[in-house]
Amino acid sequence: MSDFQIIGKRIPRPDGRAMVTGRLKYINDIYLPGMLYGKILRSPHAHAKIVKIDTSEAERLPGVKAVITAEDTPKVKFQTSYYGVKDEYALAVDKVRYVGEPVAAVAAVDEDTAERALDLIKVEYQELPAVFDVMEAMQPGAPKIHEVKNNVAAHIFHEAGDVEKGFKQADLVREDRFKAPMVVNATIGTRCAVADFCPESGELTIYSDTQKPYNLKPSLASILGLSPDKVRVIRPYVPGAFGGRAGISDVQTIAGFLSIKSRRPVRVEHTRDEEFSVQRGRQAVILDFKTGVKKNGKLVALFCRHYTNAGAYVDFGIQNTLQNVNVLDLCLRVPNVKFEGYVVYTNTLPGCPFRGLLNNSFTWGLYSHMDMVAEELGMDFPDFLLKNARKKGDVTTTRVKLGSCGIAECIKAVVEASGWKTKKGKLPPNHGIGLAIAGHTAGFHSFIGELSTVLVSVDEYGKVTVLSGRGEYGNAPTTLICMVVAEELGLRMEDIFINDAVDTKTVPWEDGNYGSRGTVSQGRAAMAAARDVKKQLFRAIAKKLGVSVNSLEAKNSRIIVKGKKTELTFQEAVKIYADLGNKLPLIGRGHYSPPSEDWDIKSGVGNVAAAWGFGAQVVEVEVDPETGEVKVLEVFTADDCGRAINPLHLEGSSEGGVVMGLGSALFEGVRYDERGRVITRTFPTYGFPTVMQAPKKIEHRWIETIDPYGPYGAKGITEVVMLPTAAAITNAVYDAVKVRIKEAPLTAERIRNALKEKGSLKE
Amino acid sequence: MDHIIKLKVNGVFHEVWVKSNETLLEVLRTKLGLTGTKRGCDVGDCGACTVIINGKAVPSCLVLAVDAVGKEIVTIEGLSEGDELHPLQKAFLEHGAIQCGYCTPGMIMAAKALLDENPDPTEDEVKMAISGNLCRCTGYIKIIEAIRAAAKSMAKGGKK
Repeated sequence: MSDFQIIGKRIPRPDGRAMVTGRLKYINDIYLPGMLYGKILRSPHAHAKIVKIDTSEAERLPGVKAVITAEDTPKVKFQTSYYGVKDEYALAVDKVRYVGEPVAAVAAVDEDTAERALDLIKVEYQELPAVFDVMEAMQPGAPKIHEVKNNVAAHIFHEAGDVEKGFKQADLVREDRFKAPMVVNATIGTRCAVADFCPESGELTIYSDTQKPYNLKPSLASILGLSPDKVRVIRPYVPGAFGGRAGISDVQTIAGFLSIKSRRPVRVEHTRDEEFSVQRGRQAVILDFKTGVKKNGKLVALFCRHYTNAGAYVDFGIQNTLQNVNVLDLCLRVPNVKFEGYVVYTNTLPGCPFRGLLNNSFTWGLYSHMDMVAEELGMDFPDFLLKNARKKGDVTTTRVKLGSCGIAECIKAVVEASGWKTKKGKLPPNHGIGLAIAGHTAGFHSFIGELSTVLVSVDEYGKVTVLSGRGEYGNAPTTLICMVVAEELGLRMEDIFINDAVDTKTVPWEDGNYGSRGTVSQGRAAMAAARDVKKQLFRAIAKKLGVSVNSLEAKNSRIIVKGKKTELTFQEAVKIYADLGNKLPLIGRGHYSPPSEDWDIKSGVGNVAAAWGFGAQVVEVEVDPETGEVKVLEVFTADDCGRAINPLHLEGSSEGGVVMGLGSALFEGVRYDERGRVITRTFPTYGFPTVMQAPKKIEHRWIETIDPYGPYGAKGITEVVMLPTAAAITNAVYDAVKVRIKEAPLTAERIRNALKEKGSLKE
Repeated sequence: MDHIIKLKVNGVFHEVWVKSNETLLEVLRTKLGLTGTKRGCDVGDCGACTVIINGKAVPSCLVLAVDAVGKEIVTIEGLSEGDELHPLQKAFLEHGAIQCGYCTPGMIMAAKALLDENPDPTEDEVKMAISGNLCRCTGYIKIIEAIRAAAKSMAKGGKK
C-alpha cells in the first residue's frame, strides 16, 4: 500500500500562491459596479414588543435607496438546522427577543449615509421582562419568550440499560456540574454578503460566505418570497468558517431584501463590533455528569443532564445537543447510560454550530469529570481510560458503528510521547500535566439529495479539471480532492485544476462543508469520478493496444502496460480515446453518500456518520501561584485520522485546533451586562488567543486505522483535533495547583479565587 | 471635507479623492482596488490590514489617508518581484503557515518589517513582531516557523 505517489506526502496548498500575494478574492473583497451599502438597525432591548416603526425620515435622506422593515417582507418563519424549529424571522415581527435582533435595514450609496439613515428610524418599544439564565427560564412564571411551556424548546431523552441499577452496583459514584459560556467562531473576516437582484429575469444572485450553498438556495428563496430556481448562490473564498457560516445569517437575508427593493446590488458586511455583539456561537451549557464505577476501574453507569441555553431562537440548539447524545459513550464502554437534555429559550444570543458543535464543552466537562473519578479510585488516568476504551467493531448505545477506532492507540501514543510516566506527580512546583480524549463524527451524513458530487473532465490537451461544490474556507479540502484525483490518474498536482468559487448554477450538488465530512464524502466522490475517467480511458487504450484493461496502470504521468515496455503519456492516451470516436471532454462522475442512519430527534439515537474520529492529548502547563495565570508549555496530540493523506495540513489543522481549544479553556466567552447586552465586543475583551499564548511546542502522532469507508482509509479530523485540549488543560491545572475549576474559561481570576478559597494563595 | 491627495503605494503614485475621515485601509481597498490588505476590526486589534509605512508595520485602519501623503507605503501586492515570490511568501507556502489566508497578508507585512530591521530574530522577537496579528486557523506555530525559515533563506541568498 505504500506505493502511493501523492497520498501521504506533505503537499502545500496549490491555492496558497494567490493567498500570499494578496490576489485571492474573498467574500469580503466583492465590490460590484453600482453597489449600495446595507446597514441593519438592531433591537436595543432583550425582550420587547414593537409598538411602532417610523422610517419616513430615513427614506427622505439623500443617498438612501431603500428602507425595509418586516412589513416589506413576506414574513416567513425559518429554521437554520434540519433538526430545528421554524421560530425566527429575518426582520423582527411584533416582538424582539434578544439585543441585536434585526428590526429594520437601509441601503444607501455609502456606509456613512446608511448609518445616518439608521439614526433617523424611530422605533417605539414596550419593554417586557427578560430572562437570561437557563435555570431561571425553566421556572414556572418566568418570562414567556415563545409559545412553549417553561421556555423548553426541546426535550431529548435517551437511556440504555438501567443507570439506577448501575449506580447501585458501583463501588464509587461521583457527580459534578460544569458550566461553559457561549464561544464564538470569531474569524478574522466578518460576515458579508452581496446580493444582486435582476428585475428582468427575476433572479437574485447572492455572493455569500455560506458553508452550504445548495441548502441556502431554497431556504433563502423561501424567506425572500422567490422560487428556489430564482436564487443563485456564488461562494467565493471564505475567511474561515468553523461552522459559524453554516446557518442563515442576517447579512444574507437583509442584502437580499434590500437588493430586491432597490433594484441595485447591495453589500452587507458586519463591522467587528456588530459581529461580536450579534455573532452566534456554540451555546452556553450547564452539564451534570454522574458516573458509577467498579473498584477495578470498569465503568458501570453514566448519566448526563444537559441544559442548552438556546438563546432567543433554536437555530442549532437541538442539533448541537443531539450530537452529545451520540458522543456520550462513543469513546468509553459503559453498559448503562442515560441522557436528559433540555434546549431552553432565553433572551440571549441564539447559537450556531462551532467546530465540534457542543461536543467541545461536553468533552471538556466529561473528561474533567472522568479525571476526578480516576483520581478518587486511585488509578492513573491513562490506565483508567484504557480499561474502558472502545475498540473497532463496537456498536454504542446510540447505534454508532465503529468501522475503525484508534482511541486506545491514541492514548498510548500521547502517554509515550509526553513522557507521562516520568512526569506525572514528578514535575516542579506549579507545573502540571493533564490528559484528555475525544471522539467525533469524521464525515457527517446528510439528509437530502445526492450528498457529494465531483466531476472530473479531461480536454483535448489532456488537461484535467475538477468541478466540486466544496470550495474553500481554509482547511484545504480542494487540495485533498486534487490529491485524490492526481493519485488515481497517476498525474502531478500541477496537472489538476479545480474550481475556486462555488456557483450553484454551474457546479453540481454538494451538501456542504460541515461535520468534518469533506475527507470521507468529497474524497470518495473525487475517487469515484477519477476512477470513472480512468475506466473509460483504459477501455479505449486496451482496445487500441489489444491488451486487457487490468494490465493497465496510471503512474508517473504515463499509462503503462504492466510487465511490458509499452507506455503512453496521459495526453497520448487521451488522443487514442478521441481517435476511437469517443467525444471530448472525457467526463468522469463521482457521487458519495455515506452509509448512515438519521437521528431520532427525540432521543438522539442514530449513526449520523460513516466514520468516527478519535484523539488524545497531553498538555503540560505552568500556573502562576500568585496571579492564577496559566501558561501552556507543551502539547502532545495523537489523532486517529484513518490515514494521513497530507501530514502538512493535518498538522496545521491540529495546531489551529489546539490553540482554539486553549482559547476556550482559558480565555474565551461571550459575556453580557445585566440588560442582556454583549460586552465582549472586541478581540481582546472577548479573549481571542494571540501568538503570545500559543504553546511553544505541539507534537503530533497520526494513528492510521484505515477506515473501511474513508478514501484510502482516511477520516476527517478538523473537529476532533481540538476537542481534548480544554479538558487536558483543566486536568493539568489541577495537577499543578490542586484546584478543580468547573466553570469555563479558567481565567486567572477564577484560578486565583479557587487558590484563595483553598488557602494556598501566595500573596 | 473632501481632498484630492497623492499616495505613493508600492512605488507608484496614485491621485485619489478622499474624505477627511477615510482611513488608508478603505482607500487602498475601495479606491485603489488593493484588496490584498484585509479588513478585520477597524480598531487596530487584529492586524489583518497591516501595511509598511516608511519601513514600519502599521495597521492601515488606524491611519487616515490624508496623513499618508508623502510617505512610502508598501502593501502585500508590492512584495513579490514579477513572478518571483518574496522569501517570506515562499516560506509561508512551503511551511503550511496559511489556512484560510485572510490574516496572511498582514502577517507577512509585519514579518517583513521585522526582518528588514532585524535579519536574524529570535523566536521571542518573531512573536513580539506578530503579537498584534490575529489568526484563527493555524495556531501560529507554522507562522513562526515560516518567518524564521525565511530569515535563514534571506541570510543565505542575501536577498532583501
